[in-house]
Amino acid sequence: MTIQNIIFLLVVLAGFGLFAWQVRKIRANISHGRDRDMSGDVGERLKKTLLVAFGQQKMFKRITPALLHLIVYVGFLVINIEVIEIVIDGLFNTHRILGFTGGFYNALTATNEILSALVIIAVAAFWWRRNRTEPVRRFRGTEMRAWPKLDANLILYIEAALMVALFLMNTADLKLHQVENAYLPGAYPISGLLTGLLPDNATTLLVLERLGWWVHIVGILLFLNYLPSSKHFHIIMAFPNVYFSRLMPQGQFSNVDSITHEVKAMMDPTYQVPTPPASEGAEAAPTTFGAKDVNDLAWTNLLHAYSCTECGRCTSVCPANLTGKLLSPRKIIMDTRDRMEEKYNSPLIFDPALYGPAAKHEPQEQLDKENHTLLRGYVTPEELWACTTCNACVEACPVNINPLESIIEMRRFLVLEESAAPNSLNVMFSNIENNGAPWAFSPSDRFNWADELYVAEK
Amino acid sequence: MSDFAARGEEPEVLFWVGCAGAFDDRYKRVTRAFVRILEHVGVKYAVLGMEETCTGDPAKRAGNEFLFQMQAMQNITTFEGYNVKKIVTACPHCFNTIKNEYPALGGNYEVIHHSTFLQQLIDEGRVKLEGGEAYKGRRITFHDSCYLGRANNIYEAPRAVLEALDADLVEMKRSKANGLCCGAGGAQMWKEPEPGKKDVNIERTEEALATLDGNAEALARIQGKESGNEGATPAPKQNDQSSIIAVGCPFCMTMMADGVKNKERESNVQVFDLAELVASAEGLNA
Repeated sequence: MTIQNIIFLLVVLAGFGLFAWQVRKIRANISHGRDRDMSGDVGERLKKTLLVAFGQQKMFKRITPALLHLIVYVGFLVINIEVIEIVIDGLFNTHRILGFTGGFYNALTATNEILSALVIIAVAAFWWRRNRTEPVRRFRGTEMRAWPKLDANLILYIEAALMVALFLMNTADLKLHQVENAYLPGAYPISGLLTGLLPDNATTLLVLERLGWWVHIVGILLFLNYLPSSKHFHIIMAFPNVYFSRLMPQGQFSNVDSITHEVKAMMDPTYQVPTPPASEGAEAAPTTFGAKDVNDLAWTNLLHAYSCTECGRCTSVCPANLTGKLLSPRKIIMDTRDRMEEKYNSPLIFDPALYGPAAKHEPQEQLDKENHTLLRGYVTPEELWACTTCNACVEACPVNINPLESIIEMRRFLVLEESAAPNSLNVMFSNIENNGAPWAFSPSDRFNWADELYVAEK
Repeated sequence: MSDFAARGEEPEVLFWVGCAGAFDDRYKRVTRAFVRILEHVGVKYAVLGMEETCTGDPAKRAGNEFLFQMQAMQNITTFEGYNVKKIVTACPHCFNTIKNEYPALGGNYEVIHHSTFLQQLIDEGRVKLEGGEAYKGRRITFHDSCYLGRANNIYEAPRAVLEALDADLVEMKRSKANGLCCGAGGAQMWKEPEPGKKDVNIERTEEALATLDGNAEALARIQGKESGNEGATPAPKQNDQSSIIAVGCPFCMTMMADGVKNKERESNVQVFDLAELVASAEGLNA
C-alpha cells in the first residue's frame, strides 16, 4: 500500500463516517414525531416506490423539467457504478479495475460520458430557469429566501464541477495512453474530442489525470456530506418517503382515536375505553389534540420535510396561493424542517443558519415570539385557514409529500385546544350542534324541498 | 325511510340529500331533479327526511374532530336503525365523508355519488335522454370537484353523463387531477376568504368562461407563465346559444354561479348540476 492509498482510505472513511453521523441525527429528529399506523400492503408500497420514486411517474406531468431531471437522475445512477470502481482503484492502487469486463466497460464508460455531457447541459438549463430575469414562477415566493436560493444554485455548480472533473480525468487518461501508445480500456466518445485541448507532456497529463480523479471523488464525498444540509437530500429521502406514503383515498382524513373513545363513552355510559397496550418506558399517550409543534406531527410528516426538494409544484397549484393568499404548502414543509433543526439537532456541517440572519426566515415581526413553536412561531393561523383542503398540493408532489396532513393537524390544535377558529367557523360549529346543519335552518324544514314535488311516498 | 320501516320493507337505496340539498334554494332544485330521475326509472329509494343531519364534513375539515365524530356517530346510529346498506348522494363532501371516514367509526356502507349512479342508469339504458331539451351543439365544460376527483378518483362518470347528452364537451386546461378548487372546500364555504389578490371562485370562473368562449389568450393570462405549458387552443365559439358550466357539487354550484354573476355573464352562461341536465334531457322538468 502506498501513502496515496492510505490517504485515500482515510478520506473515504471520513467522508462516509461524517455522512453516517449526520444521517443518525436526522433519523433522531424524525423519530420525535408521533407514531403512525403503517398498516397496508407491502406489495402496493413497493409498487408505488418503483413507479413514483424510481420511475419518476409524477415528474412527467411537465415534460421539459421531467426530461432534464431524468438526465441528471440517470446520470447519478450510472456514475454510482463508476464510484465503486474509483473506490476500489483508490484502495488497491489499481487502474480502471472494471476494465476487464470489456464490452460492458465500453458501454459503461461511453454511457457515462454521454450522460455527463447531458448533465452539464441540463444543469445549465436548470440554472437558466432559476436565475434569468423572469424565472419560473414556482421558484419565487416568500419562503424562497437567501439560503434556499443559494442552496439551489450551489447544487448546480457542484454538479457541473463534478462532471468537468470527470472529463478532465478521462481526457487526460486517454491522451496519456495515446502519447505512450498504450491501451486504455473503455470507450470515450466525448473525451476523445477533447484530447486536443491538453498538452502532450506525459508528466503533465498524469498530474491532470490524478487531479481530475481526486477532485471527482473528493467532490462526491463533499457533496454527500452537503446533502443533509440541503434540499438535495431528496435524492436519498425520496425513496423511503414514497414507500411510506399514504395508501388511503386522498379525501380520507385521519381519525382521532382518543376522541372516538370519548364520544363513544358519552353516547354509551357502559362503553369501556380500551387501555392502550402500555409497554415499559413507552411514552405516555399524546395529551394534546392536533399539532402545535413538530413533535405533535406524525413521523411521516417529519420525513416529508427531509424529502422536500422545494420545487414548489405544490404551491404553484394551490388555489389559495394562486389567488394571492398567504398559504404556501411548500412553506409549511420547509418550516417543519427549520423548526425541527432549531428544536432538536441541526446535524449539518454546513449550517444554513450561519448564512446571515435572513437566511431561512425573515425577522418575523408578525409571528408570536412567546409561543415559539411550529404553529405561530413559523406558521401563522392565517396561512392555515386559507386552505381549501382540495388536495392539489398532495397530487402535485413528485415524491408524495402531504402538506395537507400537517395543515389539518395544526387546525385541530387551533380548534380543539385553543378554540381559536375564525368566528364565522364557530358560528358554523354551533349551527351543526344545534340544528344539525352548518346553516341556521331549523331541522324541521329539512324536508321542505319535497313540497314542490309530487312524490308517491314521502 | 320510516314509512318503509313501518311497512317492514327495505328500499334499494337511501338517497342522502345533504344539508345543501335540503336547505339551499338553488340546490333544492337539484334534489328534486334527482328525485324525478329516481321516480322515472322506478328505483325503490327512500330519504331520511327530518332524521337526516349534517355528516360532519365541514367540522372535520375545519379541525373540529369532536363535533365531526358526534355527528358521524349519530348518523351511523340512524343508518344501523334502518339497516341501510347502499347510499346515493349528490354531494361529494357527504359522499367522501360517509364512504371514507365513517368506517373508522363503525359505519360501513356502499356509497355512490350521483354522477356514478347516473352513469350506471345511462349504461343500463334506463335513462335514454330523449324527449326533453336537446343539448346538441351547446358548449358544456365540467368543473371537477376536489372531493369527487382528487379525493376519490371519480373523473370519468360525470364526463360519461355529459357525453350522453350529445353536447359539445370542452375541457378546461386545469381539469381532472389538475382541476382547480372552486374555493369552498375545507369549510371555506362558511367564512370570508383570507386577504389576497382575488377569490378562488373568480379565478376558476374566468378559466371556465375563457374555455367556453374559446379564448386562448385569456386562458394563458390566467394560468401564468409556467413554461412548457403550451397546449392546444380551444376552437372559437360557434354559436350564440348559452353555454353551460356543469358541476356535481352544491359548493361548486354556489361558487361558480356567484362567479358567473360577478362577471355579468348570466345571460349566456348557466351553471347546472349533472342531475338537472339529465332530468331536463329526459323531459322531466316540472
